Order: sequence, then structure tokens, then C-alpha cells
Amino acid sequence: MILVYINSANGLAKSAFETVTYGKKLGDVVVITNGNNSNETLSTLGEYGASKVLVDRNVDGEDAQQMTKLIAWAAQEIGAHTVIFSHDLIGKSVAARLSVRWNAGLISGAIALPDPDGSIRVNVFSGKAIGKVQVQTSNKIISLLPNSIQPEQTSSSCAVSEVNVNVEAAAIKVISTKKPEGEIPLPEAELVVSAGRGLKGPENWGIIEDLAKSLNAATACSRPVADIGWRPHHEHVGQTGVAIRPNLYIAVGISGAIQHLAGVNGSKVIVVINTDPEAPFFKAADYGVVGDAFEVVPKLTAALEEFKSAQY
Amino acid sequence: MKILVCISKSPDTTSKISFTDGNTKFDENGVQYIVNPYDEWYALVRALEIKETSGGQVTIITVGAAADDAVIRKALAIGADEAVRINADPKDAFYTALQIAHYARNNSFDLILTGKETINYNGSQVGGMIAESLDLPYVSIATKLDVNGNVLTLEREIVGGVQVIEVSLPTVVSCAKGMAEQRIPNMRGIMAARTKPLQVVEPTSVDELTKFIGYEIPNAKSTVKMIAPENMEELVRLLHNEAKVI
Ligand SMILES: Cc1cc2nc3c(=O)[nH]c(=O)nc-3n(C[C@H](O)[C@H](O)[C@H](O)COP(=O)(O)OP(=O)(O)OC[C@H]3O[C@@H](n4cnc5c(N)ncnc54)[C@H](O)[C@@H]3O)c2cc1C
Ligand SMILES: Nc1ncnc2c1ncn2[C@@H]1O[C@H](COP(=O)(O)O)[C@@H](O)[C@H]1O
Repeated sequence: MILVYINSANGLAKSAFETVTYGKKLGDVVVITNGNNSNETLSTLGEYGASKVLVDRNVDGEDAQQMTKLIAWAAQEIGAHTVIFSHDLIGKSVAARLSVRWNAGLISGAIALPDPDGSIRVNVFSGKAIGKVQVQTSNKIISLLPNSIQPEQTSSSCAVSEVNVNVEAAAIKVISTKKPEGEIPLPEAELVVSAGRGLKGPENWGIIEDLAKSLNAATACSRPVADIGWRPHHEHVGQTGVAIRPNLYIAVGISGAIQHLAGVNGSKVIVVINTDPEAPFFKAADYGVVGDAFEVVPKLTAALEEFKSAQY
Repeated sequence: MKILVCISKSPDTTSKISFTDGNTKFDENGVQYIVNPYDEWYALVRALEIKETSGGQVTIITVGAAADDAVIRKALAIGADEAVRINADPKDAFYTALQIAHYARNNSFDLILTGKETINYNGSQVGGMIAESLDLPYVSIATKLDVNGNVLTLEREIVGGVQVIEVSLPTVVSCAKGMAEQRIPNMRGIMAARTKPLQVVEPTSVDELTKFIGYEIPNAKSTVKMIAPENMEELVRLLHNEAKVI
């Protein structure tokens, strides 16, 4: 049996469908989740291969210790030999704890299904290399990097059962939560428009925001831009910022330093817009435009708007 | 307040990554090791700031071989009081975490800090594993940390936002950008680091749960397709028809 944990605080993220699809390729899948999604919403996980969803609505998902107890309980309950997480903020803390509690090897940041020899590929050296990891224990934990496999809808909805597990009181007390309204969270975004020092100043970000809006993309930036305060810290991508792997990454006025590339080189398609034909970023790009951002970006936005209006 | 800061080494961020022995071993030839930036810039510096305002002691711990002493001295030069090196090859995150947990259990600490992740194996595993072994709470990817008596007030990243939380000591926290500013060690610090205590502890027996059996370098991009700056319609067409991302 395969146990898949999904973090479903508000609706189901694409990563939920990815982890269930991944699990289904390895065996029969039961999902354990928490939070306040309706049974109707949760039952759609069946379409991706879950045979059953267990939900504990008393666990809010803020405390890694509680979550570990919930998932360990579910693993025992269904006799799971493999537990799968998405390698997101929750997966990163709970999968590690479960590895100790269950004495099971953890493959952290998996990017593919197991190879024939049972090893699983993970990103190492910030995406500059791929490592093949084997688990030495009979029980396994896999934490799957978002956007590594395509969700597949194969069957129909499944049953949802409510459970009420004794996870003890939470040690972590939430005082407040701030979510910027209307913005697309960077780690989940499939399309990202990013800009660097080439933009010259924060007052020039309008063209980047317009392009992002036209694509329905998230915005990101290079580190110096966040450090000087032109853009908020959570937009900083790279080795020391957020690592992302969107389908499309458009880099405007970013030189393509190795530390920047480390956070974005998992992107499926990279477009680079830069005045300098020698900018190192062109070596990592699929499409390149040598030109001034202040002219090229508005043109690109206009071309996109044109394209969109011709679509329907 | 006794703070334990977990320090790992990582290759300088500009290092060329390659492998030897039939792609089974990281090629250390010409690689410069630094203190993993998250451990140094955020975890260690914040620990020192807490000590400077409210007193206490900052101990750094590394699981590694004697060659890592140079990296440890660098962290001491920034201001840690003492260092512990568990004399073992950090085989995987589980092995590393259980060694650290074993040491921490016998030398009670109020707060254990790790970096968000190592920039070589990027697992984000060690902190959570230490916390589970010691049955302590774990706050991962914290961007702000304040101490009020026995209570920590923290900010942490959540999907698409930030959250303010409270947790009682003792606890384990992994540290990310925002928590502190990088400090450059000065000459006095470097001199003082030479004589600070560096205790070498032999490892305890821990199972190896995972094993790296080989590495690959991902294929380089096939050559970039250049598009004229006045022809953005062409770029849109390629992104739609060829790359199929819009
Ligand atoms: C340990 C360490 C960790 C680091 N981590 C990160 C990280 O996580 N993320 C990160 O981004 N950086 C990181 N850096 C910094 C990194 O090395 C680079 O300094 C940084 O990425 C450069 O940012 P940039 O490309 O915005 O600026 P620059 O390097 O100054 O590049 C600006 C680019 O804009 C182009 N340009 C100028 N005018 C225009 C115009 N009108 N139109 C179009 N293009 C124009 C220029 O040709 C140039 O290529 C790290 C560095 C270190 C040492
Ligand atoms: N060999 C090690 N010795 C001491 N601490 C380590 C070691 N490896 C990792 N850590 C700590 O654990 C954190 C997370 O590492 P990782 O789980 O490998 O991403 C690092 O930022 C360090 O603080």
C-alpha cells in the first residue's frame, strides 16, 4: 500500500494531483489529509488514482509534530510500505520527522519515478547535478519535487472517510498569517517573469508586472534587486532564495550568474532578454532576445495580448 | 541560553561540479569549501546576536572529517564560543541528524538552529530529523526569530505568504534569509578562533538508511534560438507552437 499525504488547506493544489499520480504508478494509493476541504473536493483525488481518502479535520496542519503523528498513524492503519509527500514547505519538515519516527529511508526532492534498479533521481548541487539514491530499508519515504511529473486522470472519484486521530496538543501557536492578496505564490507558479538589476530602479517594474499579468504569471527577481529593496524578499530566486521549476521562466535584465541559475535551471523553458549578447544567461536559455528591456518587454506584452484575443 | 548551531561545509557557490570513479564520487579537485551560507549568514549570526543581547553560549557542531576543521575555524572566527566535531563522514541526512541529536541529548541546549538546507544535497532534512529524535517542536524556514524569556516568536514562510508563530523552548529551528545579515570576520576574530575549544567526539552507531549510488550532469541546453527584438510575435508563436508553454 502507498500512502500519499496531501496538504489541502484551501482547495487542491496541482502538487496534490502529482503526488497521487506518482503513488499510483507504484501501487494502490490511500490519501491522508487534514484541513477543511469538503468531501466532494477530496473525492476528486480518486480521478488520479486514489482508492480512498482519509481526512482528519481536527488537525490544522501548522505543527510538524502533530502531522507526523497523523501520518504515522495512517501508515500503520493501512499497512503502507511507502509514504509520498510533495517536497513543499510541509513535506520538507514532516517527511524528515517521519523518517526518524518510522526508521525509513527518505528520498528528498525526487524528480522522477524509480529506475529499474530501484534508485530514484534527486536534484543535488542546486540543480547542477542529479544524484541517484537507493533506500536501504523496506519502508520508504519519497518527497517529490513539484512540477516533476504530469498529473494523469485515469479513474473516477473515490470514497472519503473522516478520521479523528489523537495527535496531542500543538506546540506551535499561530499568531497571524499574511498572504498577499491576488498574487500567484512563486513556488507554485507555472509561468514566471523575473527581472534583475538591468531594470535600473524599482519605478520601472510596471513593464514586468504588465507582462506577468498578461501571462497570468508570478513575478520574481535576482538577489541584488531584493537586497537593495527594489522588490520584496520572497521574490528572490536562486541558490540562496527560492528554487523554482516553472514551465516558463522569462528573465529580463538578469546576467545569469551561476548562483541565480541554480534556482531556476529546473525550468522547462527559459527566455532571456538582455542588452548584452555576451550575458552568460544566454547559454542556459531556450530563446534569447538581445535588446533593451524597455522596448522589448512592452512589445512582448502587446504581442501576447494580440495572441490571446485571437485565441477564442 | 545555550544555543547549538549546526554547521555544514559546502562547495563555494561558483565551484564546477563534476564526479569521478565512474560518476560515483564528487570530484573535490580544486573545490573550495565554505560554510554553508544558510548556516553561516542566518543561523550562526542570529545566534550570536541573541547571545550579545541576552547572554548565553553559542556552540557550533559539524559532522565531518578532520579536513573540515578549517571550515569550523571560520565559523569560530565569526564569533561562536566553542565547536564540536563528530568525527565521521556525514553519510546521509539521517546519519548526520542522529549524530547531532545524540550529542544534544547529552548536553542539553535551549535552542538548536540549522540552515534551511545545504547547497550541495539540498535535502532540508537534518533539522526535522534532529527534532523528531529529541521529540522537540520544529519550525522550518524561519525568516525572523526573537526570544522573550522561554518563548520564541518566529516568522516563517508558508505557501504564498508569511506567518507569525510562537513556540516554547527548547525547540529546533531552520533558518533562512531575513533572519540576520552576513558578518565578515575581523582579524581579532580570526586570531581568537585559533585558540577556541574544538572538541572532537567519536560517532555513535547509526544505521545508513539511504545511499547515493551515482551522479549525472544534466544535459546542457541545445543551442539557444535567437529572436529579433522587433519580432515579439515570433517569440509568442514559438512559445505556443514549439515550446507549448503558453
Ligand atoms: C554565495 C552567493 C549566493 C548568491 N545567491 C544568489 C541568488 O540566490 N540569486 C541571485 O540572483 N543571485 C545570487 N547571488 C548573486 C549573483 O552572483 C549575481 O551577483 C546576481 O545574480 C546578479 O544579479 P543581476 O543579474 O540582477 O545583476 P547584474 O549581474 O548586474 O546583471 C544585470 C544584467 O542586466 C543587463 N541589462 C542592463 N540594462 C539592460 C536593459 N536596458 N535591458 C535588458 N538588459 C539589461 C546587463 O547586460 C546585465 O546582464 C549570489 C552570490 C553569492 C556570492
Ligand atoms: N554534516 C553536517 N554537520 C552539521 N550540520 C549539518 C550537516 N549537514 C547538514 N547540517 C545542517 O542541516 C541543515 C540542513 O541540511 P540538509 O538537510 O542537508 O539540507 C544545514 O543547513 C546544516 O545546518
